Amino acid sequence: MGYDSIVCVKQVPDTSNITGEAMKADGTVNRAALPAVFNPDDLHALEAALQVRDRFGGSVTVLTMGPPAACEVLRECLYRGADRVIILSDRRAAASDTLATSYILSQAVRKLARYDLVFCGRQAIDGDTAQVGPQLAEKLGISQVTYYEQLVDLSGRTIRVRRNVGNGWEIVEGRLPMLLTVLDTANEARPAAAKRVMRYKRARAPMELGAELAKAMPDAAPGQKEAEQARRLEPLKAKGLCIEQWDLDDIDADLQWCGVTGSPTKVHRVQSIVLTKEGFTAIAPTEEGIRGMIRDLIVDHTLG
Amino acid sequence: MIDPNPRGEVWVFAEQEDEHLSDTSLELCGKARELADRLGVQVGAVLAGWNVRELSYRLIAHGVDQVYHVHDTRLEYYRTLPYARVLCRMISKHKPQIVMYGATPLGRDLAPRVASEMRAGLTADCTDLQIGRYTDPRTKTVYDNLLMQIRPAFGGNIIATIINFDRWPQMATVREGVMRLGEGDPKRTGQIIDEKIAFNDFDQAVKLIERHREGRKVNLKGARIIVAGGGGVGSKDNFKLVHELAGVLGGAVGASRAAVDSGFIGKEHQIGQTGTTVRPALYVACGISGAVQHRAGMEESAKIIAINWDKDAPIFGVAHYGIVGDLNKIIPTLIKAIRERG
Ligand SMILES: Cc1cc2nc3c(=O)[nH]c(=O)nc-3n(C[C@H](O)[C@H](O)[C@H](O)COP(=O)(O)OP(=O)(O)OC[C@H]3O[C@@H](n4cnc5c(N)ncnc54)[C@H](O)[C@@H]3O)c2cc1C
Repeated sequence: MGYDSIVCVKQVPDTSNITGEAMKADGTVNRAALPAVFNPDDLHALEAALQVRDRFGGSVTVLTMGPPAACEVLRECLYRGADRVIILSDRRAAASDTLATSYILSQAVRKLARYDLVFCGRQAIDGDTAQVGPQLAEKLGISQVTYYEQLVDLSGRTIRVRRNVGNGWEIVEGRLPMLLTVLDTANEARPAAAKRVMRYKRARAPMELGAELAKAMPDAAPGQKEAEQARRLEPLKAKGLCIEQWDLDDIDADLQWCGVTGSPTKVHRVQSIVLTKEGFTAIAPTEEGIRGMIRDLIVDHTLG
Repeated sequence: MIDPNPRGEVWVFAEQEDEHLSDTSLELCGKARELADRLGVQVGAVLAGWNVRELSYRLIAHGVDQVYHVHDTRLEYYRTLPYARVLCRMISKHKPQIVMYGATPLGRDLAPRVASEMRAGLTADCTDLQIGRYTDPRTKTVYDNLLMQIRPAFGGNIIATIINFDRWPQMATVREGVMRLGEGDPKRTGQIIDEKIAFNDFDQAVKLIERHREGRKVNLKGARIIVAGGGGVGSKDNFKLVHELAGVLGGAVGASRAAVDSGFIGKEHQIGQTGTTVRPALYVACGISGAVQHRAGMEESAKIIAINWDKDAPIFGVAHYGIVGDLNKIIPTLIKAIRERG
């Protein structure tokens, strides 16, 4: 018994601390200059899934789509208790909009076949769209409940959850499988467990090893790096420390629906926000200065 | 998806709850009217619910030509699946070129589900929509009269313009409060078209068991004057200065996220990208640095007074009146001056 959950997580640039250096001259964001973080809402999605497993049994599988560096968030998931982690990485998936992304994720979920619940964070801080969750649910042909805040009841194939809709809340009931998008108010995400950190900090995906070796052995003869990679991978696999890595072929993705071709929306233009320094009327911080301003505001009818 | 259809209507999803249309829906009607006039086409609205036909007249007053009205008990309370069914059926049948939804919790639940089923594009949380021309950099094809979907991205640090030239309808959710809410003309006429939708079992898969609405306790959007406090106010206790100033001005109290996160005041007072977007006649920012996410929610205010002791604070970049100094001295002086004015 128990319930099998899939959690979709994302590594994102930390948009809360954007400084001048993070903007390129052409007004686009220099992602490389920003620290990469675990998307905040996704930590709560992971926690929600872990709580279901801890209470009812079952498993938690985490899926992320991104470059090799995104394996970092998968290790974070392992530290917190995930049973299985998978990175979905493929250059052909680059520049996917939310529709293409949800298609790709849906193919990966289909490959996992057995699942009862899919958890996503409500939204990611780089785009703030909140679209991938509902789109993934539609692609999987399952129902969705957004703004998950609390599990009210789960028994057999029936689930009841409380969702927060901003100006109130509601309790809804549906049948599994179901996709939930989780709010940051849903729970307190557990910290990494020291023992699990010790164990999983060495977990690597094959492509991470590949990247490390490319740096370490720049002049290697053909085939040498591959051999070395295979040699290092063996013990990781034996210890269950090899992060699974899939590409679009592994999930039978139809390339027509991936990347640029699969994305109906295109970015036409980006501008960085520059302050319009038209100048303002400086008011002296004195009684006199402030009285003058109030008079102005009465004259132009701003104040009655 | 539908093929590009330049004669198609411009549509608004008319969000209603408990027989009340959301303000955002009406704001969108005004915007739809403007876009449709530019394109020389008509404005449509999809109104779904149970006993809500009367609301059609308000939509028409705000610029709608055709209301596609669906009356069904299964639509009494919003649920994703039956509402998505309505939208998908209506879009496939009438082939609008543009569909707009409010970027409300409901709109942001519904629109992506519809977009996925239609395999059409969707841009989230737009702050502006325009009609414009686009040249595909690869094929050099020129597309006229496309919907320019303008939105902040990267936590508000960039503004992106998104287009969708081939997989229509062009769909967007639009942030609440950024489009002007018109007066509405009760003499305008339009057509109400009653539509029937066949639902299947899956559409009923999720049931509503219990429902609780709080209503908006703070009415920031309707306020003519807003006094907002930020991290610089320093403490919950000191926030009484902000309340007091709002009191003498007859205004509402707003806050930056720093003030909310520090527990000075409740989240429902937050203004900005993740709070409410406001455009009052007067906005007084006290001890607010003016981060881009905050400015996004208030820079359209008719008059802005900024009080900050850091003369380089970005808030001064959008201010009309700037007072550089300690708010603990300035606010009491302001209160005194306002009390004495009469
Ligand atoms: C995804 C995202 C969404 C966000 N959404 C929002 C949002 O919706 N709304 C929002 O407001 N923020 C939002 N933020 C946060 C935003 O980036 C800023 O952190 C926040 O607005 C800062 O608030 P503040 O200016 O009040 O506080 P601070 O940054 O602490 O600034 C305090 C200011 O007060 C001044 N000051 C201090 N003491 C005094 C004094 N005694 N007299 C006069 N001046 C004084 C200081 O000079 C300073 O400029 C968001 C951030 C992210 C990443």
